[in-house]
Amino acid sequence: MTVLVVADHRRGELRDVSFELLTAGRELADAAGAELHAAVISGDTDAFADELNREGVDAVHAVDHGEEFNHDVYAQAATALADDLAAEFLVVPNSVNGLDYAPAVATRLDRPYVSDAVGLDYADGTLEVTREMYGSKVETTVAVDDGPFVVSVRGAEWPPAEGTGDAAVRAFDADVDEAAVGSTVRGFEEVGGGGDVDIGEAEFLVSIGRGIEEEENLELVEELVDATDAMLSSSRPIVDNGWLPKNRQVGQSGKQVSPDVYLAIGISGAVQHVAGMKTSDTIVAINTDPNAPIFDIADYGIVGDLFDVVPELVEQFGGDPPDV
Amino acid sequence: MKVLVTVKEVAIVEDGFEIAGTEVDDTYLGYDLNEWDDYAVEEAVQLAEAGDDVEVVAVTIGPERSEETIRMALAKGADRAVRVWDDAIADVELLDVETKARLLGAVVEQEEPDLVLSGVQANDDSFGATGVALAETVGFQWAAVVNALDTGTVLEEGVASVRRELEGGVEELTDVDLPAVLTIQTGINEPRYASLRGIRQAQSKEIDTRTVADLGLDASVAESSLDVTAMYEPESESDAEYFDGDPDEQAAQLADVLVEKGVVSE
Repeated sequence: MTVLVVADHRRGELRDVSFELLTAGRELADAAGAELHAAVISGDTDAFADELNREGVDAVHAVDHGEEFNHDVYAQAATALADDLAAEFLVVPNSVNGLDYAPAVATRLDRPYVSDAVGLDYADGTLEVTREMYGSKVETTVAVDDGPFVVSVRGAEWPPAEGTGDAAVRAFDADVDEAAVGSTVRGFEEVGGGGDVDIGEAEFLVSIGRGIEEEENLELVEELVDATDAMLSSSRPIVDNGWLPKNRQVGQSGKQVSPDVYLAIGISGAVQHVAGMKTSDTIVAINTDPNAPIFDIADYGIVGDLFDVVPELVEQFGGDPPDV
Repeated sequence: MKVLVTVKEVAIVEDGFEIAGTEVDDTYLGYDLNEWDDYAVEEAVQLAEAGDDVEVVAVTIGPERSEETIRMALAKGADRAVRVWDDAIADVELLDVETKARLLGAVVEQEEPDLVLSGVQANDDSFGATGVALAETVGFQWAAVVNALDTGTVLEEGVASVRRELEGGVEELTDVDLPAVLTIQTGINEPRYASLRGIRQAQSKEIDTRTVADLGLDASVAESSLDVTAMYEPESESDAEYFDGDPDEQAAQLADVLVEKGVVSE
């Protein structure tokens, strides 16, 4: 049996999730008595294959085709390689690129697909995938007893594989059908907006989320920022609403930050947000919901209404809270 | 041009809830239009407003109750709606991606849209896969996690010039030939509120209900390969120190911490 994991890379670098996949894949391979194979598609495949040759990896397959991710190329190459190896498990990252090709591969291979795994278990021919529902409020285990399987794995849930392995490195000719490539990547762009603010540099971030309810209420948080000489950041919904520019957004699709203190106000702590700030030295959360996931990673917590607590905090530092 | 927009009625779990077996007890559930699909509906309606002769058809897989949700799409400007449902689907606890893609795929084959817009994911089961699986099922091109779409090139050139929102504040610029499925990320636009007039008009718009048989599929399409074996509240890993008391007392304790950590001076 073979577990095949497909690495993620961008602009010349393997992404962290690639090494986490190796750990998840090795666990699965151990449970199933299988070999762990890794694939890298496009980019500097020689260098990437070397990097992926970590402890516990039995083989690395390099598909040399183009520089960057293209979902048509990935879908064709991953399908062909999984077929060629008769891989029982195909394990891919639940990254933006994973979202862009893995469902197509599962459809092509006519295999069941389970996404965003935070835990994997395999016994007696059944794959059990632990995943979250309802915005992390519940966890479920989903059983699939009709392998082979395609499963995507959430980033930062498994530690990255380390050490040097003795994997066989092989080139795989995926024979990509260019006529079937219907998408063209024209380039990349960094997104910012709103001047040269860099929230990644701040020692103290006051971060606001959906709990602020109305744009006018931002004034209250801005007063706190002024009174404490902090920098203002936010979770995704605030930027989606156009209340703050993109360069203020903390999270997976925004900025990764690790200030001395991260004060999360009215932020529930969706996994995409947490991914961007969990390395902060001290995390403080103010939220009305005692079960909000943000409290799981907080060092200090206030279960309460931000509209009651924040004005008091502003006054503590000599500010004048606006009436909101 | 025809734009098909897939919408889903999602269950919203109240803050305090109980789990019965492998489901959240019904009494703790509310229902709403999936957040990502709301942005997809808005994008479709904006295309219709920008182009001549653009028809927007909303499609959902859901029980009769979900007509309330799909009427929101009609109230915001979709021209008509299709609801797919029958007893075979009702019996499935967790519809897998393949089943959803095949059901929606059959609708695509009947409707022959030029463009399908779908939310990136649903905020109940969060599979994040239906749109791309649908594209593959019907042989359309696709792009996932789209946070900008050039309306002009879609309407005039038959090409979807999109931005895909990658991790870490980077966007990928991609051209996709039509027909295509785009999965829409939040923030791509500002979804409108349904006007009272829109809501009134939606009441008289057609919702065409189609069964598995109407779609030319066999009932076996609803056989899901996934089985929910357990549902539980995740154990809190919290070792947070909580500040108790009135808001002024809580604020005072927090202020002490901020001073102690050296990020604010007294």
